[in-house]
Amino acid sequence: MLQHRATRLKKAALIGLASALALSVAACASERGQGGEGQVRGGTLTFGSAGDPKMFDATFATDGETFRPVRQMFDTLITYKQGSADLAPALATKWEPVDDGKGWKFTLREGVKFHDGTDFNADAVCFNFDRWYNMKGAAAQSQMIYYADVFGGFKNNTSEDFGEPLYAGCEKDGDYTVTIKLKRPSGAFPAAFGLTSLSIGSPTAMKKYNADEVKQSGEAFTYSEYATEHPTGTGPFKLESYDKSNGTVTMVRNEDYWGEKAYLDKLIFKTIPEEQARKDELRAGTIDGYDLPSPADYETLEKEGHQVMVRPVFNILYLGINQKNNPKLRDLKVREALEMAINKEQLAKTRLPKGAIPRDQFVPKDLPGYTEDVVKREYNPDEAKKVLNGLKVKFHIPTEVTRPYMPDPKTIAKSIISDLKAVGVEVQEVSKPWNGGYLDDVNVNGVHDLHLLGWTGDYGDAGNFIGTFFGRKKAEFGFTNDKIFDALAKADREPDPDKRGELYEQAAVEISKYVPAIPLTSSPPAIVVSKDVQGLVPSPLTDERFVTVSKKQSD
Amino acid sequence: MLRFIVRRLLQAIPTLFILSLLVFAWFRALPGGPASAMLGERATPQRIAELNEQMGLNDPIPLQYVNFLGRMLTGDFGTSTITGDSVLTEIGRHFPATIELAFAALFLAVAFGIPFGYLAARYRGSLFDTGIVVSTLVGVAVPVFFLGFLLKYVFSTQLSLLPPSGRQDVDIDATSVTGFATLDGLLTGEFDATINALQHLALPAIALATIPFAVIVRITRASVLDVLNEDFVRTAESKGLTAQVVRTRHVLRNALLPVATTIGLQTGLLLAGAVLTEKVFVWRGLGFLLAQGIEQRDYPRLQALILLAAVVYVVVNLLVDISYAIIDPRVRVS
Amino acid sequence: MQVLLDRKKRRIDKLAAAGEGGTSLAKDALKRMMRNPVAVVGLVIVALFVLLAAFAPWLTPKDPYKPYPELLENLTVTHIPGSMPGFVLGSDADGFDFFSRLLIASQQTLIVAVLATLFGLLLGLIIGGLAGALGGWVDSVLMRLVDVLLSLPALILAVSIAALFARSNQWTVIIAVGMVSVPVFARLLRGAMLAQRESDHVLAATALGVKRSTIVFRHMLPNALGPVIVQATLTLATAILEAASLSYLGLGDQDTFRAEWGLMLAQAQRVFEVKPSLAFFPAGAIIIVALGFTLLGESMREALDPKNRR
Repeated sequence: MLQHRATRLKKAALIGLASALALSVAACASERGQGGEGQVRGGTLTFGSAGDPKMFDATFATDGETFRPVRQMFDTLITYKQGSADLAPALATKWEPVDDGKGWKFTLREGVKFHDGTDFNADAVCFNFDRWYNMKGAAAQSQMIYYADVFGGFKNNTSEDFGEPLYAGCEKDGDYTVTIKLKRPSGAFPAAFGLTSLSIGSPTAMKKYNADEVKQSGEAFTYSEYATEHPTGTGPFKLESYDKSNGTVTMVRNEDYWGEKAYLDKLIFKTIPEEQARKDELRAGTIDGYDLPSPADYETLEKEGHQVMVRPVFNILYLGINQKNNPKLRDLKVREALEMAINKEQLAKTRLPKGAIPRDQFVPKDLPGYTEDVVKREYNPDEAKKVLNGLKVKFHIPTEVTRPYMPDPKTIAKSIISDLKAVGVEVQEVSKPWNGGYLDDVNVNGVHDLHLLGWTGDYGDAGNFIGTFFGRKKAEFGFTNDKIFDALAKADREPDPDKRGELYEQAAVEISKYVPAIPLTSSPPAIVVSKDVQGLVPSPLTDERFVTVSKKQSD
Repeated sequence: MLRFIVRRLLQAIPTLFILSLLVFAWFRALPGGPASAMLGERATPQRIAELNEQMGLNDPIPLQYVNFLGRMLTGDFGTSTITGDSVLTEIGRHFPATIELAFAALFLAVAFGIPFGYLAARYRGSLFDTGIVVSTLVGVAVPVFFLGFLLKYVFSTQLSLLPPSGRQDVDIDATSVTGFATLDGLLTGEFDATINALQHLALPAIALATIPFAVIVRITRASVLDVLNEDFVRTAESKGLTAQVVRTRHVLRNALLPVATTIGLQTGLLLAGAVLTEKVFVWRGLGFLLAQGIEQRDYPRLQALILLAAVVYVVVNLLVDISYAIIDPRVRVS
Repeated sequence: MQVLLDRKKRRIDKLAAAGEGGTSLAKDALKRMMRNPVAVVGLVIVALFVLLAAFAPWLTPKDPYKPYPELLENLTVTHIPGSMPGFVLGSDADGFDFFSRLLIASQQTLIVAVLATLFGLLLGLIIGGLAGALGGWVDSVLMRLVDVLLSLPALILAVSIAALFARSNQWTVIIAVGMVSVPVFARLLRGAMLAQRESDHVLAATALGVKRSTIVFRHMLPNALGPVIVQATLTLATAILEAASLSYLGLGDQDTFRAEWGLMLAQAQRVFEVKPSLAFFPAGAIIIVALGFTLLGESMREALDPKNRR
């Protein structure tokens, strides 16, 4: 998946959401969600979020805190089985490729209604797909990161960042059969139809509340009434209110939901930006759960009877190397020595949650493209010192941020710097707020030598990892290596899944020989809920659905 | 009286003028210039040029300042990059929380500060006096955020007596009328909502009250000591007035004037001083907005809040002066 | 002029006036002060702190800038080793010797506070000196500016200065914290100089035709020394607290290996439940030192107060 710069930039900031291939790791988790015995109907569940959702129109959503409420209110054509990345039917009961992959034919579920009473049918599906393709305005298009990523571009592109659009029209055959036509096949489908960003909304409501209106002033975006007050989907919950002064999103059960109805009467997402405060509120019983507890708290929380649910690992943390400014870093020996200088084992043990593992390559295990053939470099400070002694580097570190792969960047950086200092490297640190200069420095301007960054997969595809990172020349890494670029491009074009995997393996080996960046660790992000909460299934894609969740009534 | 008020108002104008110049200069001095500060990670030379044009940053500086002043006066502080709402809307949404917290803190500081200060002065040199003086000094030396953190840890985490953060439990489902959580419950008859809001208010109010409490204790103590030494008190005593009468009629009343001033001025400081407390207790007021604005470098929001903090302080100062002039006519003459 | 200035200003003006009378009175004040037990306590704390900071590099039992394998061995995200042989207070959250870091932190804490105060003093000296010496419209304009800066709550002023820099380091902290005291010193110095303009020896010097600059530097400034020392002592206390607050708000020194009490305290809250002493020790140190400077400053102020010259 070759992404243009803006996309990559933005996505680095996201918690991933979608994937295609089966992840065997998820098997045990999904069993828990199936049951439902002993689960009670009724009650209110309050979940602590780390940030306010920007609005509720999935089309323009770019961050995890916006996706979470949206997922409870909207459905997609295809979804993922709870707790895994396997595909499962949602608004479409059946799907198949037509015309050699230049189209996808969906059989739609009948009898589904949007929250405003509008019928869900082929017209509604076409309305949504046409809306995305025809979206006007630079502001609106710039916010459609995921759509632009999957579909390449729009009817009228407003930026050079977008490419030729893939979409070739929506064709209906009766009320419940629809074909999405494409200009050329793409490996992203059908999995990408499950992206939350491609949620199907009510045409009536979108027209009534001017859904396409997005205004931009400076860095600030202002959305339509549809997106802020009247999001209308088919999902198990409906929006009741969004109280911005208290930071609470209140949703109620959709009594007309097409699937198994939600257990909860009410679902509230309450924004509590301080990690410490989320923990305190869970203990005080004023919230029933929160996302990404600090690894330091796992044990304490469990001891107190809370359920710390660890998600399957689907991310990578790496130490980036920028070859542009520092000629020494263009020396392969130096990059190899850097990898040997870092004690990944200890990093995983002292800085990351239980279950974190040191990594020797960027593609997650279990994904085609992962291979034992990569060049492995063990921790060897003595060897490293011979090469690195006296090296001077500028190390950029993000602050004010927590990511699933990097709970506390500052302390991770501390470990790495200690390791580098131990082998005689002189490190100049540059710490900047994630959203206040760091991403800018690293991804756009490339003024650094080393930096700390990572990725949570949103496709179960090696290309979503290494293709995104090393597919072309980027300010982030500042190198040109046609061998790697070509290998990745070739893999991306290959439609056959097996061959594709092999090609990605070859690319991975090439990458490990060149060391454009150093893979560090993968760590499982957790989600914690109180002991009264039942039926929550942690997802490797951080795609948790509250429809199966219930709460034991304490009184 | 009117002349005094007018004069005082006129005096405030140059102050506000310089203030606006400073804030304008601040915004211009942001790293990389205002445009790149606002664009953040999307800053490309082309976008910066566009935004510079759009924001009128290519105009001559004096013209820019005039435009800036025009925007400020009409309440146009720009759009928050975090929420996408206008900064004015945000301030309107969050200021009741800060007012509520500030007044609760002030109430605590006054209700405990004046009696403690008075008693310390009356029993000057006693163990009680020393204890009070020392504890106010220590109180000021404790970092506010750590104090808040400790209060929370002891009373919420360990003892489970009070809620750890926020303004009200979500399941209270209170009707919002004024935006003041404690008042709304009384207005709508939802007393449980008020009680819940008060429980939430307790810890942050105590944390925020420490510094004004210490200041009020010390001012009260000092001014009571001053008054006790004044001639009219001695005269009253020598005239044989009972100690009780002297104390209430002469000492307290005369001593309270400077205390009243201090209270007024502390109000102005509290509104801004709430930054740390609000962050610790996730109290969604203006300080919370500011702390969040710092973390994510939301410059339009920061600009408005800095300006607001200073204007509030100037206005409170003005009000204190005027009310003082009403209480004590001597001020007007000079 | 209105009788009622705001309290901040009045305090400064009162202190400025106290400098009048020259150095001989300052000596008296010093004598009075040394009889005051509160002052002695403050002085002892401050002296110990300064000594500790000065000799910290020789007092630390271990290298404070390096993690130790013995500590790292038992360090996990949920466990930070406590006291063990060779490591009095055990490890900090990063496998460093906590005791050594605590000691060496005194140095950086003092440096930040002193440099911030000096910064404030220097800029205040320039502004206040110009205003006091030149008078007229320069005085009016500069003093308006100073009043506006005084009208900004200290933390807001520090935050707005700190936010101006693309990234924070020790210098941005020093400038931000120092900026808070600029208007205080400016007003103080101007006040002190005005108070002496009418004093006998200055009048005499003027009559003798001594140059204005000479009068300013020979006569007016030295006499302002007492109030300046008092104010500087008090400023040191608030500087330490403000630097800590900036750290808590994410505007502190971002150097990963720097040991400074405010930074240590702000960072320790994350792991408070794993090892509370990581927060208590730096917090205690800050409180004691800030208290020391406050006690010393307040008792000096009292001693300088003309009311107490009986």
